[in-house]
Amino acid sequence: MKLLDESSENLIEIRDLKYSRGHRAIFEGLDLDIKRGEVTALMGPSGTGKTTLLRLITRQLVPQHGTIHIGGIDIATLNLAELYQLRQRFGMLFQNGALLTDLSVFENVAFPLREHTKLTNRLIRHVVLTKLHAVGLRGAADMMPSQLSGGMARRVALARAMVMDPDILIYDEPFVGLDPISMGVIVRLVRRMNDTLGITSIIVSHDVAEVSTVADCSFLISGGKVAASGSPDELRTANSELVRQFMHGMADGPVAFHYHAPDYEEQLLGRDAE
Amino acid sequence: MRDLYNNSVEFVRTFGAFQLFSLRVIRYSPLVLLSRFDLVVKQIFNTGALSLVIIMVCGLFVGGVLGLQGYSNLARFNAEDSIGVFAAFGLIKELGPVITALLFAGRAGTSLASEIGLMKATDQLSAMEMMAVNPVPRVLVPRFLGGIIAMPLLVAVFSTIGLFGTHLVAVELLSVDVGAFWQQIQITVDMHDINEGIFKSFVFGVAASMIAVWEGYNAVPTAEGVGRATTRTVVITAIAVLVFDFMITALMI
Repeated sequence: MKLLDESSENLIEIRDLKYSRGHRAIFEGLDLDIKRGEVTALMGPSGTGKTTLLRLITRQLVPQHGTIHIGGIDIATLNLAELYQLRQRFGMLFQNGALLTDLSVFENVAFPLREHTKLTNRLIRHVVLTKLHAVGLRGAADMMPSQLSGGMARRVALARAMVMDPDILIYDEPFVGLDPISMGVIVRLVRRMNDTLGITSIIVSHDVAEVSTVADCSFLISGGKVAASGSPDELRTANSELVRQFMHGMADGPVAFHYHAPDYEEQLLGRDAE
Repeated sequence: MRDLYNNSVEFVRTFGAFQLFSLRVIRYSPLVLLSRFDLVVKQIFNTGALSLVIIMVCGLFVGGVLGLQGYSNLARFNAEDSIGVFAAFGLIKELGPVITALLFAGRAGTSLASEIGLMKATDQLSAMEMMAVNPVPRVLVPRFLGGIIAMPLLVAVFSTIGLFGTHLVAVELLSVDVGAFWQQIQITVDMHDINEGIFKSFVFGVAASMIAVWEGYNAVPTAEGVGRATTRTVVITAIAVLVFDFMITALMI
């Protein structure tokens, strides 16, 4: 296994990425750098392919054109064993948690440890309970995923993503459906883990306000490219129409709120309106 | 014409993908059997033990029907003593493996397909891949092996209970001589007949489990897609089992 290059400033470098699904182009020449040890946010209107980008970075999908380097390694060149070795250094939080439904909360968090390590049961128990305590769900260890609320499931999934002490943590919409208390705790947890453990975090979110409190750097993706980037403050004061529309949630602007449709008046009052 | 062409290409492509998939599952099987037998045992319980009730009830009634039908037909030739042999051949060689496989498709096949389909729809399989765990040996192969091991055992239970059902109807109800009933079975049924049943149950086990696992793994990851995958599992398994049954019978008779 090739070792990750620890020296360069950028942990992930994406160059000229092109990806299309069917006839619809999702990315058209996307360039993006993610810095080591920072919290990077990927934002953008619905349907711009933020989740697709995460799947490309983790090679669950393969781009049609362009390269993705992680720590200096072109991930397209890895074979399956090397890819799995690389993925052990990733932790990923899925939108809906993606807990394994036939295992208890405890076993879900213990799953990566049991599959990849030969730790004793006592040690596994220790590690798992510590991680569950960090997300406030040590008391739920014996519950099954079906008994959890959506927010709780997300927190368990976060504990599971952390359990292997990854170098890169990826969050797909981590703030959706959390109550304000858990949201505050999770936001602080993301920030704290990043600072104390030196993890590189990537957050995909629509939630401008929450992202602004936690991210070092944000990328606004629209039309298959990076439309704007910078710190939350830079984005908030940016001049671009698109950035202003997105950051302040306005209906009018370069991004159409309405899906492509025939003329409103024509459709309501025209010939076909019987 | 164009549709016909596209459909044929699609069929060949799917069939090829199914074969590659089967090879992938079979390639991992020895490894899983040796190193993760605990997972296989869990699946034998899920597919085998949980299907026992339906298998036993159906076996009893199928045996009973054989007793009634056999008696009314054989009595015309004054051969009602041969009813045991009639039922034993029917159950061991044909009805046992075939009906068990069909019930298995309905009870265990659907649950396998929908479970795997739902795991896919809720990103559980992606999550596993992200945790650097290959879902083929971890999820698919244990379920496949569980089905293969469970099926011959279920067939044995079905045939035994079925024969007991025939005994109940023929001996207890229609007063066929109990000695003639069992002795004729003992004399006539030989190892070759039983091997045929075992071979069939093994083949049906492979077919039913592989189809269920394939349909679940390739389900469109939505509620509708998973529903369609479970339906297809039953339909395709039923067709495959009956076709294989004809081919094996033609070869072995």
